[in-house]
Amino acid sequence: MPPDIEAIAEHVFVALADPSRRAILAALAAGGPATATDLAARLPITRQAIAKHLALLAEAGLVRAEPGERRRVRYRLRSAPMQVAQQFLAALARDWDGPLRALQDHFEGDIRQPATAPLHGTRGR
Amino acid sequence: MGFPDRIERTVELSAPQEKVWAALTTAEGLAAWFGNEAGIDLRPGGSAWMKWNEGFSADMRVERVEEPRVFGFTWHIYGLPEDDPRRTYVEFTLEPAGGGTRLTVVESGFAQLSEDAYRAAFDGNTRGWASELAELATYLDAA
Repeated sequence: MPPDIEAIAEHVFVALADPSRRAILAALAAGGPATATDLAARLPITRQAIAKHLALLAEAGLVRAEPGERRRVRYRLRSAPMQVAQQFLAALARDWDGPLRALQDHFEGDIRQPATAPLHGTRGR
Repeated sequence: MGFPDRIERTVELSAPQEKVWAALTTAEGLAAWFGNEAGIDLRPGGSAWMKWNEGFSADMRVERVEEPRVFGFTWHIYGLPEDDPRRTYVEFTLEPAGGGTRLTVVESGFAQLSEDAYRAAFDGNTRGWASELAELATYLDAA
C-alpha cells in the first residue's frame, strides 16, 4: 500500500469534515462544473470563503480548475480521490460479524434472525 | 490512519466440517444463513449469487473449491461504482476442531488500486496545476 494513497484518502476526509466544503462538492456533483461566483450565488457562503475552500479542494485533487466561458475559471469535481476513500470506507463497512453470528445460530438450531442488511450488495438489481 | 486491506475472523461452530461446507457452498445452505435466496455453480470460475429481502443482491465468482477445506470467491467492492472491475477475494477455511469446525474467513483486496485509478488519483495534483493556480490568482485579483 503506497503511503500516498493514504494521503489521498486523508485529503478526502479532511475536505468532507467541513460543512461548507461538503456543500461545494455536493453542488458540483449535482450541477456540474461551476465558477466560484456561480457557487456563491447558490450557496449561503461568501465568494471569498468559496475561493478559499476551492483552493484547498483543488490542492487535494478533488476539484480541477479549468477555463470556462469568458476566461472565467470553472471548477469540475474529480471523482478519483473519492474512489480511493470509498475503498477505505468499504473495508470499515464490511460486516462479517453479523453473517458469522447467523451461521453459528443456524447450527445451534436457534431461530434465524431476520436477514441482516448486507453491506456488500447492490441495491435494486 | 491505516488503510485496512484485509479482514479476518475466526468462529467455532458446533457442526462437523461437511455440514459447514454445505452451508457455505450450496444454494440451500447459503440461503439458510447468509442471503434470503441464493444460487451457486460450484466450480472455479462458476457464478454464485445471493439476494436479500431488503432488495440487495450480491454476485460472486467462485475461485477456489477444495472440499471440504477451502472455498474462495470474489465479489464487487461495496460502495464503488457498479462497473468498477475491482473485487475483493473472500476465502473460507474449515478445520475440524473437537466435534465441530473452526471456520476462518479472510476478505482481502480492499486497498487494491488499479493502475488507472492510481494514475487518476494523482493526476489532479501533478498536472498543470501551477498554471491553473496562476489563472485563479488572476481571476481573483480581477474580481
